[in-house]
Amino acid sequence: MSPLWAGVSLITLEHVSKNFDSPSGSVRAVEDVSFEVDAGALHVLIGPSGSGKTTTMRMINRLETISEGTITINGRDVRDLDVVELRRAIGYVIQQGGLFPHFTVADNVAVVPRLLGWPRARRRQRAEELLALVGLPPKQFADRFPRQLSGGQQQRVGVARALAADPPIILMDEPFGAVDPITRKQLQRELRRIQAEVQKTIVFVTHDIGEAFLLGDRIVLMAEGRIVQNGTPADLLRNPASPFVTEFIGEDRSLRALQHTYLAELAGSRPDGVPDDVPILAGTLSIPQAGQELARHDRSNREGFLVSDVSGRPSGYLTYQQLATVLGESIAPAETMTSAEAAPDPEAAHVLPV
Amino acid sequence: MRRGEPLDFIAYIRDHPEQFRELLLEHVRLVGFSVLIAILIAIPLAVLTTRLAWFERPMTWIANVGQTVPSLAILGLTLPLLGIGFRPALFALTIKAVLPIFLNTVIGIRGVDRAIVDAARGMGTSDRQLLWFVELPLASPVMFAGIQTATVQNIGLATLAAYIGGGGFGDWILQGLAMVNPPILLAGAVPVAVLAMSTEMILRGVRRVIVPAGLTVT
Ligand SMILES: Nc1ncnc2c1ncn2[C@@H]1O[C@H](COP(=O)(O)OP(=O)(O)O)[C@@H](O)[C@H]1O
Ligand SMILES: [Mg+2]
Repeated sequence: MSPLWAGVSLITLEHVSKNFDSPSGSVRAVEDVSFEVDAGALHVLIGPSGSGKTTTMRMINRLETISEGTITINGRDVRDLDVVELRRAIGYVIQQGGLFPHFTVADNVAVVPRLLGWPRARRRQRAEELLALVGLPPKQFADRFPRQLSGGQQQRVGVARALAADPPIILMDEPFGAVDPITRKQLQRELRRIQAEVQKTIVFVTHDIGEAFLLGDRIVLMAEGRIVQNGTPADLLRNPASPFVTEFIGEDRSLRALQHTYLAELAGSRPDGVPDDVPILAGTLSIPQAGQELARHDRSNREGFLVSDVSGRPSGYLTYQQLATVLGESIAPAETMTSAEAAPDPEAAHVLPV
Repeated sequence: MRRGEPLDFIAYIRDHPEQFRELLLEHVRLVGFSVLIAILIAIPLAVLTTRLAWFERPMTWIANVGQTVPSLAILGLTLPLLGIGFRPALFALTIKAVLPIFLNTVIGIRGVDRAIVDAARGMGTSDRQLLWFVELPLASPVMFAGIQTATVQNIGLATLAAYIGGGGFGDWILQGLAMVNPPILLAGAVPVAVLAMSTEMILRGVRRVIVPAGLTVT
């Protein structure tokens, strides 16, 4: 079997660039991008629309040619590998689902096993296993057609399909971008559960910062084809590489949902040994305000910051990792807030004037 | 010359059962073979057209021009080359059937959702697998509509085969015209209409078998 199917896989991009040439001129979609995806880690590519995330990802499984630079998997240049074999060893999930409408759900999940020549019974068994894993009881769903599923269910099938042949690597391009915010959050949590179980090397494209903080072991922030910052979620908060990072994180619509969450609510008590020179922030600051405030401090080589109470004493403490987790976990995308507000609370219904 | 009741054509058919069977057989053979050959020609050409950029322009041009050349002209043009009889008639009908099938296959394959093709390629389908697993099944409703059009069209056009001795119900139609004998003319024309309608219905049934179930569920 090819070296691609080794249990773990390391992806490296070295000085990778991409031009799209057309009669009307050449577009530089990706410019000198280098990063490494550790085996078993989930790397998020995030950035504004058109920043080159999708193109970067699609060069890994050679859906786009590489104009300059090198991409390797386990040390092998992807251009030296058979393209069909390469792709079968890499799970691929896209936003629009891309399920085959004329295949049943089980057959959709088993596409790559079929391409790999697995016998029918084994394909079926694998499909049922995976449907169960992604929360679609096979008895109920295996023999349906994609059109008979909701958008969220289709995306689950898409994830199951990517896992079917147990590839060491999975590429996901805004896999939950087209589903409603509540379902999205649910799918994100489930992906985290599944990833804890299967430990794939994942490259995950999104433009949702909440999603990035929730899922990413590392986040690569891109703008105009270049990498602006590559770090852990905590790194991005602690040590933003440029005002763009702070802005991108702070401006995200989903962050606004946290404007009524205050530092004092999140901070734990100050542990012993926290040095005095870490930033001190007022507990009355909301999360977005805290982001702005932190931008003014030097946060390098510090794990967290102090939070002062009403009397001004820095008695609380919050790590950047904790803040990142909060950002990922508790951000309900804006639509969710609205629909939650719009939905009448059954308890409250009693007190409303008739 | 006989000017009878309009329904006299039924009596005419009843009086000539042998000839009726022969004409029906010739007619069905002309249509069936021409459409089958056209399918074998048109689908590979259409697939090539979707694969090779340079192939598209000339092919589409030929297809469109071909569609506008009158059938009688094609018959006339084949006459010096192939002579008279079944073969030139079959040739002309085949040319007429290639066009709708070719165009619909190209449109059908082009119309396959880009996301599905992208997902398929991303999962590692070879070009051939992409065609057989994804593009042809998903294009099949449109392709089948093209075959349906070609078939029904050729049932009508096949009456012209009589001009060059190709046989079929056109024989009676020509005879009826020449003799100004409506019953004979109708004995040729009415079965053609009935044949077209029943074929249409049969094809609708075939369509249900050919078009993948997942495309029609709601
Ligand atoms: N097939 C293509 N042909 C020409 N330009 C393209 C093509 N695909 C992407 N681009 C351009 O490359 C840039 C990056 O696109 P993309 O990677 O899709 O960005 P993102 O996924 O971050 O939104 C954009 O300017 C886009 O218009
Ligand atoms: Mg994109």
